[in-house]
Order: sequence, then structure tokens, then C-alpha cells
Amino acid sequence: MRRARVAYRGGVFDAEVASDGQTLRLSDGRQVREDDVVWLPPIQPRTIIALGLNYADHAAELAFKAPEEPLVFLKGPSSLLGHKGLTRRPADAKQMHYECELAVVIGKTARNVPRERAYDYVGGYTVANDYAIREYLENYYRPNLRVKNRDGCTPLGPWIVDAGDVDPANLALRTLVNGEVVQSGNTADMVFDIPFLVEYLTSFMTLSPGDLILTGTPHGVVYLNPGDVVVTEVEGIGALQNTLVSDDDFYGKRA
Amino acid sequence: MGRVLVKAGEASELGWLASEDLPSVTGIHPPVSGTVYAAALNVRSVLEALGDAVAAPPYKAPPQAPVLYIKPPNTFRPHKGVVPVPHDVWELEVGATLAVVFGRPVSRTSEADALDGVIGYTVAIDVCIPHNSVFRPAIRQRCSDGFLPIGPGIMEKEAVGDPDALRIRVLVNDVERQDFTTAELVRPVRRLIADISDFMTFAAGDVLLVGLPAGCPRACAGDRVSAIIDGVGGLDCTLAPASPLEWLA
Repeated sequence: MRRARVAYRGGVFDAEVASDGQTLRLSDGRQVREDDVVWLPPIQPRTIIALGLNYADHAAELAFKAPEEPLVFLKGPSSLLGHKGLTRRPADAKQMHYECELAVVIGKTARNVPRERAYDYVGGYTVANDYAIREYLENYYRPNLRVKNRDGCTPLGPWIVDAGDVDPANLALRTLVNGEVVQSGNTADMVFDIPFLVEYLTSFMTLSPGDLILTGTPHGVVYLNPGDVVVTEVEGIGALQNTLVSDDDFYGKRA
Repeated sequence: MGRVLVKAGEASELGWLASEDLPSVTGIHPPVSGTVYAAALNVRSVLEALGDAVAAPPYKAPPQAPVLYIKPPNTFRPHKGVVPVPHDVWELEVGATLAVVFGRPVSRTSEADALDGVIGYTVAIDVCIPHNSVFRPAIRQRCSDGFLPIGPGIMEKEAVGDPDALRIRVLVNDVERQDFTTAELVRPVRRLIADISDFMTFAAGDVLLVGLPAGCPRACAGDRVSAIIDGVGGLDCTLAPASPLEWLA
């Protein structure tokens, strides 16, 4: 099942998405078309965990050796944005790029989970686009929050697919910019796979239902411009669309 | 004296209380409903201790923007709570700092207006496993379960006055082990809020820890730690070995 959160005609609803992705059944029973709703992030997590350099080819691309311990960082909820949202590309950010990622949604409270049982604690999956702006990178707690915790710089969605409906260990990922494929990979190439990450993280922190793990991105970085339409797609999960806008379009031109 | 926002007992929300009534309240919860952001390298003694290292690899240049990390909800502990010491660690750092609490969203604010969205202040003991490098996010070291005693309540902003002149002390087993003031911040509170709000929005309920000094005290299982910020509050916790059940799991 695909579960979304949407706004429709003044209300905010949980919704089930039909398999064609075109129609939604709102929690009040109405059937609506997908282009009549405003897509919200499908979940409101308290803790958002993200992985850096978790695909060996991407680490090499950035001139880093793949880490021996997972490179983990955290984000706040204000970084999240729903499907078909607008993300600001600051005027001085010539090196802003997408990062297509499989996102794991924790299904139940998890502490000290051995990897053999890790999938018991996964509730579902969605797609994330973990944008980065390389000009703002500094070598203190890198990737620093000025790069990774910007408002609306982590599109998420369109929906959550129940854990039982996919095998997350072998899914194709790809990113399209203005319809052209610029990034492709497969979750089979993760340095640290989902069971490892759940075991590692829960060895020191309790994860709660709704918490998110963004599992990293493969090779293929292209810098973006205002107006670019970016689609990050994970096989069997969904295609998440986002459009970049300039400062003027985001804040409104001053008269 | 002033009013304090406290969450206690079965209450699901924070409620105001006269600060002199606080000692009689039991079953206090952490007074945090949002995300806790913390500033690193924001006390002058820390940058002085790093010295020329900021120019050398892996840092290569002094920090420009505020350096931040997040303390997630699994770290929150209430006043008089217990901090578990992981079984593979001998001692923990137990530095205390001022926690700024936002009452409404704050985005792209100026230094002059930076406190407008602040509802009050509380005390945080920002626990970590001792570590030297600030190159990569120190998630295991800073975000293990129970690594943020915070509270007891939120002292109203109006009762606190100037947030850049607050004395912060830590006592371990009643012996003073840390003493600094917020006058030693690299970015004073208003400037820190303004600079961070340039790239992210603080939501109502979010918290900002303004920074720890160099040489934070260390403590072991069995130690009692108290943090006192004049005019804001006093926060106590104890350290205890992580549950044996966790060893077995």
C-alpha cells in the first residue's frame, strides 16, 4: 500500500494512493485526482538520520575513501518538503546538486537490534532528495548543517510504500534533470546496507516509529540552475519531483 | 523570580508556574517539544584550544558559518534523570550550557529582533563521549540515549534579562568543575540566532544550545552532576551504567 499526506481544498488528509499513482482515496472517503492535491511530506519524523559517502562510487567521485564506520549526520524536520514542491537555489550557490536516496521509515521502537532482525523494525520506504550546496561546505562536522539543514532542501515522498511490498536491497535509483537521466545506481551497491545501519544506529540510540534513515546516494553529480525540474526515482517506490527557483521567485521580487 | 514553563506528571503540555513553586513539583519531563540544535566552537576558549589547527588539515580554514549539531529526542532526560554510561566507555563529558527556547517560528531575523521569538531559557547538560576531532559529525559520541538532561522548566525571557551575561557552573559530586559566562561566546546569543536563521527556520518549541567551553568536566557512573545558570535554573542528573539488559540484547 502507498500512503501519502496531502492538502485538499482546505483540509489536510492521510490518503491511499492507487497503484497507477493517479488517484487518491482521502481518509474522509473522497476519491481525488493526484494533480488536485498539494503533496506534503508523507511523514513528520522527530529524528532524521542521513548517510554520507554510502556508495563507494560516489565517495570516489568526491575524492573520499569510503568510510570504515558509517558517516552519519542528522537533520531537522524543517528541511523536509513534499512532492512537486519548490526549493530555493540561492543566487551564490552555483554548485547545488541533488542526491537521490532510498529513505527507510522506522515502524516500531528499536534499540539494540541485531542485523538479522533489522527488517522487523522497518515500516516502509520512500524517496528523498538530499540536496547539497558545495559552496557552503566547511570542514567542521562536515557535512555541516548550513549545507544539509536548509529549509525545504530535503524533498521527501511522494508516498510511503509498506515494507512488505518491496525488497530494498536491489532497487534501481535514478535522477532526471529536465527529463534527462543524470544519475543512476542500485541500492545493492551501498557500503553499509539497511540491516547494518539499523544494527549500528540502534547500538547507541533508540529509534522511534516514524524516524527516517536516508541511506545515501550513488555516483553522478550535476550542478543545477533555477527552473530545473529534478525527479529522483527509486524502483518500486516512486518518483519524487522538485523544481528549483531563484531567490526572487522564492521570496517574491521587491517592487 | 519569574514564571517557569513546566511539563510534569500526566500533563501533555507545558504550563506556567511561579518559579518559587518549582521545588514542590514532581515527575518533571524535559521541556522540549521541538528539535534541539547546538552550536559547536562558539565559546572563545574552544577556538583558542584548537589554535593553529584550524588552518591545518582536515579543517584547512577557521569556521565561517555557525557550526551546529542536533541532539535528537532519544537524548532528552528530565531534571533528576539518569544518564546511562555506555558499557565501553569509562567517563563522559558533562558540560553545561544555556538553552534558548523558541515560542514561535524565527526565520531570517536581524540581530536586533533575534529575541522576539524566544519564549525563555533553560539549562542543558550536553553530555558526550570524549572526542577530539570536529571534522565529522560525532553522532555516536553526542547522540547516544540519555545524553541531554534538560530543564527543569523554561524560565520566561522577561525574568532573565541579558542572555549574554549569564554565569554557568557545573558541580560534580558537589565540587565545582566548570565556571564560565555567556559573555565568552564567539557569537553572542542574538547574533547566533540571526546567523542561523539565515539558512533555516526555528520552529515553535525548538531549542538552541549556545555552546560549551573548553575543558568540560568529566564524570563516571555513580557521579552526581548539577548545572546552575544564575537566574535561569538548576538541573541535576546522575550517571549510571547502561542497563545490563542492553549488554545482553
